[in-house]
Amino acid sequence: MDQRTSSDQQTAFSPIRLDSGSPDTKRASAPATEDGSTETDESRSSAPPQRSTADVVFTATDVSVHYGSAPALVNVSLTIQRRKITAFIGPSGCGKSTFLRCFNRTNDLIPGARVQGLIRYHDQDLYAKDVDAVEVRRRIGMVFQKPNPFPKSIYDNLTFGPKVNRMKVDLDEVVESSLRRAALWDEVKGKLKENAYSLSGGQQQRLCIARALTVDPEVILMDEPCSALDPIATAHIEDLMRELEHDYTIIIVTHNMQQAARVSDRTAFFTAEVESENDDRRFGRLVEIGDTSMIFSNPRDRRTEDYISGRFG
Amino acid sequence: MAVTAPAPPRPQPSRAFRAPIGNTIRERFTQLVLLLGTLVALAVLVILLIDIAVDGAGGVSVNFLSNYTSRFPEMTGIRAGITGTLSLMVLTALLTFPLGVGAALYLEEFAKRNRWTRLLETNINNLAGVPSIVYGLLGLSVFVFFLGFGRSLITGALTLTALVLPVVVVASREALRAVPREIRDGGLALGATPLQVAFRQTVPAAIPSIMTGMILSLSRAIGETAPILVAGAVFSRRADNEPWNLSESYTAIPIQIFDFVKRPQEEFQVGVASAAIIVLMTVLLFMNSAAIIIRNRYARKI
Repeated sequence: MDQRTSSDQQTAFSPIRLDSGSPDTKRASAPATEDGSTETDESRSSAPPQRSTADVVFTATDVSVHYGSAPALVNVSLTIQRRKITAFIGPSGCGKSTFLRCFNRTNDLIPGARVQGLIRYHDQDLYAKDVDAVEVRRRIGMVFQKPNPFPKSIYDNLTFGPKVNRMKVDLDEVVESSLRRAALWDEVKGKLKENAYSLSGGQQQRLCIARALTVDPEVILMDEPCSALDPIATAHIEDLMRELEHDYTIIIVTHNMQQAARVSDRTAFFTAEVESENDDRRFGRLVEIGDTSMIFSNPRDRRTEDYISGRFG
Repeated sequence: MAVTAPAPPRPQPSRAFRAPIGNTIRERFTQLVLLLGTLVALAVLVILLIDIAVDGAGGVSVNFLSNYTSRFPEMTGIRAGITGTLSLMVLTALLTFPLGVGAALYLEEFAKRNRWTRLLETNINNLAGVPSIVYGLLGLSVFVFFLGFGRSLITGALTLTALVLPVVVVASREALRAVPREIRDGGLALGATPLQVAFRQTVPAAIPSIMTGMILSLSRAIGETAPILVAGAVFSRRADNEPWNLSESYTAIPIQIFDFVKRPQEEFQVGVASAAIIVLMTVLLFMNSAAIIIRNRYARKI
């Protein structure tokens, strides 16, 4: 298992898909026989005791992130549940975006960033040596703060993902189905060849969500997806998230507490702590995570209550 | 008796918002000086152009364009120079584009930031300022003698490539750096490899600016005389000229102008040289507009 070829890596990942039992993973054509064979007893027993492993997509254990020598986030442990919307909230500088970027290894791209601790995606350690970050990013999609369509046509925006991943799919079909899922089809069906920059900000962001769907991810990470949008466009995106929740696991970072309360099933509250008295470098810490209704009505921690009620942040 | 409130006083014309007279004068004066500077630069250019046009316009003719050089001013032509310049430019562009963009891509997208890449960057930036005759000497010693290409077209093209490459690298890096980070993030988030993102997103988005850098540096190269003179360009080519033969000797319009100017007859020094300059500038203008059209078409598409 030390030296894996790229095709081995594929198979190493396949049980995860089968294990997750997601009906929309039909494009992954892993042979069914691998279900039991690759899954060793060891990986079973080392999995943390959950009420049901299939319901947990991510398990983070003692995750810390440093940028150079400065800690950005310290000792975060939580689980992300399947087909739920999990919101990360907290004041600026609390590391919630940094943490989000750990889940698809986007932090790898920042020079000097170091991720410690364990993040499991189903049974797979995301930071194991033989895990290909590119493959991780394909399965775990991301939508960014600012709509970032490619400076190309709407059609080309949506076919880029399937093309670079050499997916054997009908591109026209992918374009239509992803646009439909992102509730954008009716608005753009007549102008697929037009430049994506001609769309409004809210449409661009929905295009970016559609683009993330084209490569058939299981999880979609959203990094403050509505912060650059007006209230109407924001409402569109929130409706869309509620729709997508049926098929995808969503993690959203938001500054907007009302948004977290409106769309999420579970909420994690982060806070920024000062490292020491004579040094105002701050780093993030997870305060608590729980059902959104519980976090907003009856938080366990005093800091959460203060933040929710607007006393700081 | 009710006391009627006094009507609010009309605002007195105040001096509060008036600029101090000194400021106005100083500003006008400075603007005038700046305008003068512009006019001087423009005037020199206009005088130069008019002078050349007066001297050379009569000399530009079909024969002048299609003849090879001759001892007689009325029979001479710059056909070898035109074909030489065009083939030099095309070859230089073909060599410079992949090398320059490749180097820029490596430095901007893939190179680790360490002492070696910094050293590399500093060197490239310094190379952009090296006098062109030094590149001629490089061409002579490396391409002509060491690699044994002799005084041939490929030597000239390689020498000019070495000359413009640093400028193209620097310009292409600027162009790549101007592509928003978000576009790369978007590509990577879809599971594209950094290489796929670079070639399918970043470079296409940067192409218009890269083309601008190419145009500017090729415009510099087209007028260069010193480096290719040292690196083996000949003054004139006869009827056996094969314009696109890489191993044949070559000449270029600026070389021929230099040749005309240093001939003893005054007809060559004034009339013929000016006519050749007009042709050179026309070729330059033509190539630049072609490149700008290509660039704009690209820019509109993305």
